[in-house]
Amino acid sequence: MHPTWTALALSLKVACWATAIALVLGVAVGFLLARRRFPGRELLDTLLTLPMVMPPTVLGYYLLVLLGRKGWIGQGLQDWFGINLIFTWQGAVIAAAIVAFPLVFKPARAAFETVDGRLEDAARVLGISEAALFLRVTLPLAWRGILAGALLAFARAMGEFGATLMVAGSIPGRTQTLSIAVYEAVQAGQDDVANTLVLITSAVCIAVLLTAGRLAPGRVGYR
Amino acid sequence: MAFVTRRLLAAALLFVAGSAAQAAELTVSAAASLTDAFKEIAQSYEAAHPGTKVLLNFAASGALLQQIAKGAPVDVFASADQETMDAAVAQKLVVPRERVNFVRNTLVLVVPADSALGPKRLDDLRAEKVTRLAVGNPASVPAGRYTQEALEAAKLWEPLKPKMIMTQNVRQALDYVARGETEAGFVYGSDAVAFKGKVKVALEVPLATPVSYPIAATAGAKDVLEARRFIAWVQAPAAQAVLARYGFLKP
Repeated sequence: MHPTWTALALSLKVACWATAIALVLGVAVGFLLARRRFPGRELLDTLLTLPMVMPPTVLGYYLLVLLGRKGWIGQGLQDWFGINLIFTWQGAVIAAAIVAFPLVFKPARAAFETVDGRLEDAARVLGISEAALFLRVTLPLAWRGILAGALLAFARAMGEFGATLMVAGSIPGRTQTLSIAVYEAVQAGQDDVANTLVLITSAVCIAVLLTAGRLAPGRVGYR
Repeated sequence: MAFVTRRLLAAALLFVAGSAAQAAELTVSAAASLTDAFKEIAQSYEAAHPGTKVLLNFAASGALLQQIAKGAPVDVFASADQETMDAAVAQKLVVPRERVNFVRNTLVLVVPADSALGPKRLDDLRAEKVTRLAVGNPASVPAGRYTQEALEAAKLWEPLKPKMIMTQNVRQALDYVARGETEAGFVYGSDAVAFKGKVKVALEVPLATPVSYPIAATAGAKDVLEARRFIAWVQAPAAQAVLARYGFLKP
């Protein structure tokens, strides 16, 4: 396969995984923070929002220190499971998922908070179980906000650069995503390669936004 | 409303005025391996030439060349290899007669300081214990180009390629070795000196082309005289002593 397509396929793979992880965790944590009152709730919210505000290089450094061979988590993973995340596409997924997480979690929390409690009470009166209540009433009512967040998360994960470069490196065919391939091409003065990559990236982003607009009921996200 | 508008205008004017250089500024783009030495040399230059502010910009030589080619306002360019400077001359970014070699370096193989691995020859890197090798990307990093040249001469470039982690500049390769993310890496002798205690030199890599650093005033330099003054300063004994302290050799 041509290197450009490998980079594109890798970017899509990383972005899909990262969005999936961010979606599951973001919905769960968003629901928890919207419904449960506990001490330190707003502090937790702030901490979880940090990746959105912090420079990706700061995040990349944190991840390198934590997940690296000599890192707190990295060493344990290596010793117990033989897992190593640095310089792997899975490492890129973790970096992208963390960066994308607040983009799901924030709108999810807001969406759950605006769900009308009377509708849920009505369902309870009719004898629905709590799990079914979440899946069949609460989640469908909050879905639009969550979907909008997931779209942004996907876009952000596609474009992730700084943290990914530090954690996953730039190995063609293995961890060199589109955005990193663009950077490398420009650094090396290969403007023709850069032009192709940039056009493809732009086309993919437009396609993603258009499909998302089609799929989403009532045009979610960008009005 | 008019008051607010006037304030905004004033702020905008201040911003524009602030971004235009007031005092004499000299922008020096230097190879990543020169980072520590040039910071010190720039300080001594500023102390000796009050009124001039030296702005240092470090990256891989290839990346610096691209910035200059795209119109970055750079006055002095110091590259880690002749090839990049040749390209600068060919693109008319640097006038050939402004160019001079000011320092030399060595290429070394480093391992983490606590590493039990002691590669004695380049061939030892084939060992299974060596899973990753940090190398500057030859497309834009001179240290990577020197490494490729040496490994190709030893017929090891292709066999070792699957182990290589290509980095954006030589200091990133050094950092990966220091953190133990790679078992070994190719960097300059001066880098090994800068990270003494974190990495140790396993061997010096024999090279057909010496690692010789050229420096030059750029064709677009705002003040060529000032640029020349800085280049002369770098060649003077005081600056050469600084460079020697950071592990560089005389040109």
